[in-house]
Amino acid sequence: MTDINNSGRDESVQTPGESKEMKTSTTPHSLADVASARVAKAPGSTTLGSGLEARGVHAWFGSKHVLKDVTLDFASGTVTALIGPSGCGKSTFLRTLNRMHEFIPTAALAGEVLLGGKDIYASGTDVTKIRLRIGMVFQKPNPFPSMTIGQNVLSGLKLAQLKVSNTDDLLEECLVRAGLWTEVKDRLGEHASALSGGQQQRLCIARSLAVRPEVLLMDEPCSALDPGSTFRIEQTISELSQTMTIVIVTHNMQQAARVSDYSAFMLSDGGPGELIEVAPTNELFSRPRDKRTEDYVTGRFG
Amino acid sequence: MTQVPAPRELVTKPRLSDQIFRVIVTAGGMSSLIILGLIFAFLAYRGFGVIRVEGLGFITNSNWDVIEDESSNIVSQDYGLAAMLVGTILSATVAVIVGVPIAVFSALFLEFYAGRKIRSFLIALIDLMAAFPSILFGLWGFLILMPSAEYWAKLLNKYLGWIPIFDVPAPFFTRSPFIAGLVLAIMIIPIATSISREVFSQTPLDRIQAAYALGATRFSMIRAVVLPFGRGGIVGGAMLGLGRAMGETVAVYTVLNIVYQVNWQVLFGSGGNIASLILLKVNEADREEVNALMAAGLVLFLLTLVINAIANVLVNRLGKTGR
Repeated sequence: MTDINNSGRDESVQTPGESKEMKTSTTPHSLADVASARVAKAPGSTTLGSGLEARGVHAWFGSKHVLKDVTLDFASGTVTALIGPSGCGKSTFLRTLNRMHEFIPTAALAGEVLLGGKDIYASGTDVTKIRLRIGMVFQKPNPFPSMTIGQNVLSGLKLAQLKVSNTDDLLEECLVRAGLWTEVKDRLGEHASALSGGQQQRLCIARSLAVRPEVLLMDEPCSALDPGSTFRIEQTISELSQTMTIVIVTHNMQQAARVSDYSAFMLSDGGPGELIEVAPTNELFSRPRDKRTEDYVTGRFG
Repeated sequence: MTQVPAPRELVTKPRLSDQIFRVIVTAGGMSSLIILGLIFAFLAYRGFGVIRVEGLGFITNSNWDVIEDESSNIVSQDYGLAAMLVGTILSATVAVIVGVPIAVFSALFLEFYAGRKIRSFLIALIDLMAAFPSILFGLWGFLILMPSAEYWAKLLNKYLGWIPIFDVPAPFFTRSPFIAGLVLAIMIIPIATSISREVFSQTPLDRIQAAYALGATRFSMIRAVVLPFGRGGIVGGAMLGLGRAMGETVAVYTVLNIVYQVNWQVLFGSGGNIASLILLKVNEADREEVNALMAAGLVLFLLTLVINAIANVLVNRLGKTGR
């Protein structure tokens, strides 16, 4: 925790052990209680990781306008949750942040996404380098089944043709950070399909860490998992947020309240999805400024 | 002491219309099996006598002689398939070695690189190629391909002649198993392409995306995700192509020089395959020789069957690890 020297915010710094204890001992009465148990990390409170800024992002599929004018800052070292009902464009927005959006045929985009101040859509940008700096974890665990557990973790190096001198150390480090090391350290040569769903998802997180991204995008990473695995992954997110910027799409508002520093509420009224409100998570859940946010977070719709 | 009841017998009585339809569908489904079985029985029945007389010599001996006296009485006959068997295997192997890589590359191009318009155009073209009459491939191979292929054969011989199969006993490069294999390669490209493409297109999207999200280039994504997943399909397509190449008649008949001598030297103009032998002989053969040709057909039938069985085993085994 040496990277944080703002003494006024010491309470916001959680070591992994403390955060675990706090989560297990707190019986959440309301989302606001859960959220206020975390105090938002101030932007720039960590020195590692680059900030990401979306500037006026629009997205289309064919002629269908699905995302309208989203401007949102993700300060370095923070966890931001994107919440909103299905079809509000939050996954689409997430996929514009590391240029995965353009894989869908007919997908189009306007606006800018700045990583460390530079537009990732600028012409001449090497898109594979962008995706190395902005990693992604998907909804469904998707390890490579033809590879062993160890090969899966290091697969990014091979795919991006990176050279690393000591892969053993990297392998261990990534699995430790993803919270999977103790479970798999004796079976690194087994195929990834031998793992449970939750373990596979943590393997996918370890895999994205191996190429040392500055930003990690997570698209409903726990929606296919049981509560125990969800808990382990939330722990992992808290630990990772010490060193990188995380954006997480979630349908689970308890989860948003537990893991995020900031929350952004998105909504579509039948037309393109829009950003309704963004605020520190405890504020968004306790004192939403917009009526629609309040309706959603209090469970009146969605 | 609760008594466990005996499982009840569940009976579903289908309606009459369903029963009738079932009979029709079953007949359709079994017809190919029955036809194949009848052909096999016919070949075995006609060919059995010859195989019994010739014994193992039928596949190890390469003479195919019928000697007659002036009044067309058969004095002696000797049937051996060795030369044709070797020619069949050699030209089909050349076809697979040359054709399958081309097919895999074109499948990858169609699936991952081609634009939408050129893609559908090329797919239609390749389907057309599969339906193209084989005599035209044969004629083209004989008239157009052979002069250029002769030059490639000479090059291969000049630089790789120290490898026994690229050596030649005499500088005679036309009408060789190599050139027949090239024609066959072109003929198996459509089927190998469409099977590989089919399998590549089933690669799970989430795995492709996972690779791209890790900073993969298209090439490294294909190597890490698509090829391991599609391995079974590539092998399956290759084996179907091999089966087709071994059974091909007219194109080989047009190109190859049928010589009754075992020739392992792929560049040398001598060989023939079983199917083209049958075509060559069947018109002027007497009853006994026709029986011998039936026996040859039986050997070809069994060879193709074995190849397909191997293909099935390989597809199942390789298919599992990549998925």
